[in-house]
Amino acid sequence: MANAAQVEIGNRSGLAHIEVRGMTMAYGDFLIQKDLNFTINQGDIFIIMGGSGCGKSTLLRHLVGLHPPAVGEVLYQGSSFWQLAPNERNALMRRMGVLYQSGALWTAMTLAENIALPLEEYTSLMPAEVNELVSYKLSLVGLKGFEDYYPSEISGGMQKRAALARAMALDPETLFFDEPSAGLDPVSAHLLDDLILELRDSLGATIVIVTHELASIFAVGNNSVFLDAASKTMIAEGDPKRLLAETDNPIVRKFLTRGEEGYP
Amino acid sequence: MQSQSLAISYLTDNSVEISLLGDWCLTCEVVTWQSFQAQFEQYPEPPEKIDFVSSDLENWDSKLLLFLVKLDAYAQSRHIHVNWDGLPDGAKGLLRLATEVPERSGARRRTRTRSLVYRLGTWAMGGVEELTGLATFLGEWLLSIGRFFTGRASFRWVDFNRFLQSAGAGALPIVGVISLLVGAVLGFVGAVQLQMFGAQIYVADLVGLGVVREMGAMMTAIIMAGRTGSAYAAQLGTMQVNEEIDALRTMGISPMDFLVLPRTLALILMLPLLCLWSDALGILGGLLVGISVLDIALLEYLQQTKEAISLSDIATGLIKSLIFAVVVSLAGCLRGLQSGRNSAAVGNATTSAMVTAILLIVIWDALTTIIFNRLGI
Repeated sequence: MANAAQVEIGNRSGLAHIEVRGMTMAYGDFLIQKDLNFTINQGDIFIIMGGSGCGKSTLLRHLVGLHPPAVGEVLYQGSSFWQLAPNERNALMRRMGVLYQSGALWTAMTLAENIALPLEEYTSLMPAEVNELVSYKLSLVGLKGFEDYYPSEISGGMQKRAALARAMALDPETLFFDEPSAGLDPVSAHLLDDLILELRDSLGATIVIVTHELASIFAVGNNSVFLDAASKTMIAEGDPKRLLAETDNPIVRKFLTRGEEGYP
Repeated sequence: MQSQSLAISYLTDNSVEISLLGDWCLTCEVVTWQSFQAQFEQYPEPPEKIDFVSSDLENWDSKLLLFLVKLDAYAQSRHIHVNWDGLPDGAKGLLRLATEVPERSGARRRTRTRSLVYRLGTWAMGGVEELTGLATFLGEWLLSIGRFFTGRASFRWVDFNRFLQSAGAGALPIVGVISLLVGAVLGFVGAVQLQMFGAQIYVADLVGLGVVREMGAMMTAIIMAGRTGSAYAAQLGTMQVNEEIDALRTMGISPMDFLVLPRTLALILMLPLLCLWSDALGILGGLLVGISVLDIALLEYLQQTKEAISLSDIATGLIKSLIFAVVVSLAGCLRGLQSGRNSAAVGNATTSAMVTAILLIVIWDALTTIIFNRLGI
């Protein structure tokens, strides 16, 4: 739930919202990333970056509670996700919204039904009120009037925005984005970045984004972690703009300058 | 408690000040729009301006925004100027987002009720389309078979072998178990009747003929419709959803040759073999009942069965199962290719493949039984 203190994001930022401690991710014996330690603060727009196949999306799936870490833990406001009772874990997951890479709208339902589903499942709102909320959420992403469309009938960019409206259905405290600008034209991608900033400021939500779009990284991110595929661990963290200015790590430099500087 | 969520005060300069109080969240009770409107319109003259005070506002979320969006539309329709400055910054931002992009004209859909004639016409045209689709599919399939025998159809033999395995060896256990049990049940049913005449030995004839001519082919076909036909529909339907079939087409590869042909050929080869397996297991089921319940000697039962069944009886069952194989595999592939591009459509395709196949199996079985009977085969 949002609350009045959200207006003063400045006061609350700096509080640890999500902490990853000594985490190792693996599928069976196959190691993805090891020794991850970082903190996502309240009100951050936190970027998870790295080259293709380094485990960015896997990290996101661990953060939203789809996979338990092989070693280590993920703490949400101090409590370890996998040590919570299943019902507490569910309550926590309900306070997160996830925008999946392909949108992952339920194709057999209209946009309105997609957004109404979590509302009907988890609140005791009247149908009329649910409809109003659906229209409001769609209007936030600029899709007012598209309630009765099926996902297959609208464009990819519109699907992304509708999926964002669904992710925001329950007024989440934390929004996770997996490659939000993938498959969007530059103008739409820019608009989506603006929307993300606007939503952080208005909702007071903490936002975690997996991306390798440099333009987005510098436009919206204020904190980040850099995963390296070769050494299978994180090799940098902090504000991406500061990283660009200061880091000596050749791999990070190469990434942040599109291969124009750094190693080798 | 409802009246606690806001207070309206009328100021002297023909403006209204709305104070938001307490919690405005989805789970809490707040003033309804109707009662707000009633309170607001108590004032005889509509005000020129609305201001907000939110110093006593505590928790808020989308609930507050719903109210503000409505108020915005209401004020605009009455030409009242609203000054949003008194609201929390977050709420102002969200409200701006929500009202920034106007509704695209023509986007909203109207549901129209159609007349009976219109619906009847649509239904009939749908039927015609369905039949055309079926005929086209059959024609294309026959052409594809033609290409196969002249060596011009291209598909991967690896796929074909996999289909052979899953439609053949993979189905042996389930077909075996069901056939054995059906044979035993036939044996029991016959035993009760035949015992009354002291003609127990004819259980062997009954089970043997029943299984070989009818049940073997039909049971196998129905099991394969559920097991393999529906799998074909689901595979092709999912490929349709993922645009995989379009990808084949744009590369100049015919989905009919590449996807449908190996599947249908595999089932056409395997179903008669499964039918033989089913015949054997069905007879075994009857035999078990015969020797255990009716005390018929093993060799006696086998001898009786051998005399009862002629080669043409077995051939009758095999011919049926060949036709069933065509029906089951084509129904699966046709429905899969016709599937729409969403998850529900794939489900419908699978169900429809099953229903079509089983319906045609039963109809065809009845027809052939009558025909063979008339011909005295």
